[in-house]
Amino acid sequence: MTIRHRTYAELSSKDVSGLGEQVSAQTQRVAERLAGVRSCVAVMSGKGGVGKSLVSAALAAAMSRLGLRVGLLDADLVGPTAARLSGVSAPSLVISETGVEPPVSEAGVRVMSMDLLLEEGSPMAWREPDADSFVWRGTQERGALREFLADVKWGELDVLLLDLPPGTQRLVDLFELVPNLSGAVVVTIPTSASAVAVQRSIALARARGIPLLGIVENMAGYACDGCGQVGELFPGDAAERLSETHSVPVLARIPFDVAAGRAAESGSMGDLVSGTEAGGMILELARRLAEPLGLQALPAGEQP
Amino acid sequence: MKFLCVECDEQMMFEQRQLPGDGTLAATFRCPKCERVVAMLTNPMETQLVSSLGIKIGGREVPEQPLETIRSGLVGGREDAFEESEVPAGPVAWSQDAIDRLGIVPTFVRGMVKRIYADYAKENGIPEITPAVMDRARSDLGLEGM
Repeated sequence: MTIRHRTYAELSSKDVSGLGEQVSAQTQRVAERLAGVRSCVAVMSGKGGVGKSLVSAALAAAMSRLGLRVGLLDADLVGPTAARLSGVSAPSLVISETGVEPPVSEAGVRVMSMDLLLEEGSPMAWREPDADSFVWRGTQERGALREFLADVKWGELDVLLLDLPPGTQRLVDLFELVPNLSGAVVVTIPTSASAVAVQRSIALARARGIPLLGIVENMAGYACDGCGQVGELFPGDAAERLSETHSVPVLARIPFDVAAGRAAESGSMGDLVSGTEAGGMILELARRLAEPLGLQALPAGEQP
Repeated sequence: MKFLCVECDEQMMFEQRQLPGDGTLAATFRCPKCERVVAMLTNPMETQLVSSLGIKIGGREVPEQPLETIRSGLVGGREDAFEESEVPAGPVAWSQDAIDRLGIVPTFVRGMVKRIYADYAKENGIPEITPAVMDRARSDLGLEGM
């Protein structure tokens, strides 16, 4: 026998749990925090190992060098590196009821990364029941990303760069949290395997209506440490192919540069930008990226 | 989520939340007409799913704290990751037992926990925080893992 009773919609009293309202309030917190941020740009790649985090950290330093106010959020929660690359070594973060102050790198970039919260060498793990973690783990990570966006005192920024992990899921999370995302920069290496993987991210971004600001081909050749001449490192022309197929401009081709590697190892993004072959190209990348974002960067030759 | 007392055709009211400490959650609802109480029980996986969303069944009594999900859920957080800029002030006192108990909370999350207990006491007109008040707050606020 069917028991007849009223439905959810027919009950007029308030839903005290208001789970939907609680989720909406969370999204609203993100919007309020980012109200002073002129543009949010995702740096993404469908593939790991393309040097996306280094490009993100160097690009952030380069944009700062061009006189822009820059933040860098490491959205790679599992393999965070932005703090180390930016030379921000785990100070105690000042936290209050209104949020947490992000440390500022020597290059002037406001940085937040899971790297700053974890013990050295400690993997990111959550208090969890023994089984079925697949049910909630993605939600927990999305929650952590949301809190980094909403609870860090980003202040007034011209651009907040978001270094995404390999794959596509985090881009979806980000877009739901920041629907007015200014766009995405896609990083690839020259190989066809990379092109195939990156293509998936491009397709997803397109499907979601996220503007594609351009392609960066990293490790596009090897810059000799002695003479500076650039030779081939990987075969392929991924950036050009992706650009033609998807009508997205190639913003930069950055060679593998040992000097840049040394600067990255010591967390000196400022040195990387100002004193290396790759750094010059990243500065140019920063200048090109500022344009579609409507940001007023210092012209060539005028940066300090 | 709403609960209906089918017999009375009345919407049941949220009464309290309990965390037995085994990863599960209980939320009780009472019928305003016949006073019947039912309990919604969630298993550890369901409890964790709700917790990972950063939401509270029965609604929030105190505002969401900065980095609440991260600080309450992360394992392996640096002990000195945070420096609290403001210590909760006001008329709420802490008993020595409560201070001792707070001392065993990992420093990664201690400041946030202290603030939540102080806010709870203020909201409920409790002049002194004791371990019993902490237990009650933990249940009422759904502070799993704190």
